[in-house]
Amino acid sequence: MSVLLIAEHNNKELRPFTLNAATAASHIDNDVHAVIIGHNCEEAAKALSKLEFIKKVIQVEAAYYENFVAENFAPVIVKLADNYSHIISSANTFGKNLMPRIAAALDTSQISDITKVIAPDTFLRPIYAGNAFATVKSKDEKKCVTIRPTSFDACESTGGSASIEKAEASEEFSKTKFVKREEVKSDRPELGTARVVVSGGRGMQSGDNFKLITSLADKLNAAIGASRAAVDAGYISNDHQVGQTGKVVVPDLYIAVGISGAIQHLAGMKESKVIVAINKDGEAPIFSVADYGLEADLFEAVPQFLEELNKLNTIQK
Amino acid sequence: MKILVAVKRVIDYNVQIRVKEDNSGVVTDNVKMSTNPPDDNAIEEAVKIKEAGKATEVVAVSIGEEKAQETVRKALAVGADRGILVKTEGVVEPLSVSKLLQKIVEKEKPDLVFMGKQAIDDDCNQTGQMLSALLNWPQATFASKIEIKDGKLEVTREIDEGLETIEINVPAIVTCDLRLNEPRYASLPNIMKAKKKPIEQLNASDLGVDISPRIEQIKVEEPPKRKAGIKVSSVSELVQKLKNEAKVI
Repeated sequence: MSVLLIAEHNNKELRPFTLNAATAASHIDNDVHAVIIGHNCEEAAKALSKLEFIKKVIQVEAAYYENFVAENFAPVIVKLADNYSHIISSANTFGKNLMPRIAAALDTSQISDITKVIAPDTFLRPIYAGNAFATVKSKDEKKCVTIRPTSFDACESTGGSASIEKAEASEEFSKTKFVKREEVKSDRPELGTARVVVSGGRGMQSGDNFKLITSLADKLNAAIGASRAAVDAGYISNDHQVGQTGKVVVPDLYIAVGISGAIQHLAGMKESKVIVAINKDGEAPIFSVADYGLEADLFEAVPQFLEELNKLNTIQK
Repeated sequence: MKILVAVKRVIDYNVQIRVKEDNSGVVTDNVKMSTNPPDDNAIEEAVKIKEAGKATEVVAVSIGEEKAQETVRKALAVGADRGILVKTEGVVEPLSVSKLLQKIVEKEKPDLVFMGKQAIDDDCNQTGQMLSALLNWPQATFASKIEIKDGKLEVTREIDEGLETIEINVPAIVTCDLRLNEPRYASLPNIMKAKKKPIEQLNASDLGVDISPRIEQIKVEEPPKRKAGIKVSSVSELVQKLKNEAKVI
């Protein structure tokens, strides 16, 4: 049977992780259909129909779908589920909020945040914040799966020519009302998806000194991270925290400055492709995961780092 | 208003996770266990609401082995009034946990159910949403701020794009983010007092719910090991390596 992908969008455009989820869906079965639920989401539906791997688009419209309330979305998917063996979405806050509601309604034990499709019923997923990986096999007839977007390549956004069908809206769930959304307007990439992350730890010694981290991040178009120690010390707000109790990040380049490398921090960043550690304590555990370690005083090394970057003709963005 | 808070006993977040040699799971023998961190935020919030005079009772519930009683006891030490332990053995998947919690909700009739947004062991992030689906209640996941407004909650949620505010009718489920509050520590006198608070013990089998696993765990492995890195002697060497060897800047 076919796979149903739940598209994430803002009613105008697809959100980028939909493309990664489409690739993951294609690893399960060739026949991937995608459902888009929204309000005036014509353009996003068209974009969806052009994606590689998507054979059919189902568009469901109602005014009360404008703000992606899970209580409204779940019944639509549950109604469509009869025709599908798998329901897939990305494991970001959209999918995390929505999928379990669908799975419970279908009496299916959901498999969250997979990093690999081993077989249509068998998946690899990180547990303990990536300190272990579990291979799990679903015995449920219908499978509800969320995928870790950074573990699957984005599919091509052109070349597809899926048909777009309209399906009927479900009744409105009146007990939940959307009030407002405040999107963080920042030129800086989002911590969870940034290509480069620069993080500071207790070694920064003060919140003021974090401006060194900010300068380095500006230069590299990076997101700013922090260890729990730096957050607990009040140097920076906790939405920057990387680690088991913060965000798990997998950037191409992770630069840890003045971070000793507590277990709980390592759990959040050690899957990064390239790790740089700058710390004056040569015995710090962070060096055990670093590809490039620099044993130095960060207050000398970071300004030098900026100077060296200034000498380069180009820096990847 | 009555608040039910679900708490889970997990391996302490400071413990280095080790995979068993036979790949059947992770080592839990003689390992320090604690309350799942965002569940501490859930308890804290419930207790704060009670202290503000907006709730009359806070009930802590845990589902797990006998020792999960310690987790319930800890919730009592920071201000919950009484506890419930639903005893289970082996792996209980979030779907099963939510079915057991549904039974407890039907019995206790709370106005609100709080819990952490995710457990740091299986990292599933499902139980709250599943429970609200089973009860057909509104859900506010990843809550970083909760305001009570006559029969309704205004909840600020942490989403990928920033913050979202929703208004939900009571009864409702709220799953808590670490940003919601700063959990208090239990004082010694309160730990002593908590020993006298009642914990009701139930067996999962008494609740008439099929909790047999639907997911077979085939194996658990260590993450791929990173190959040993090198130490560079200067910043210029570092930048040169990043540019020409790793090709990431």
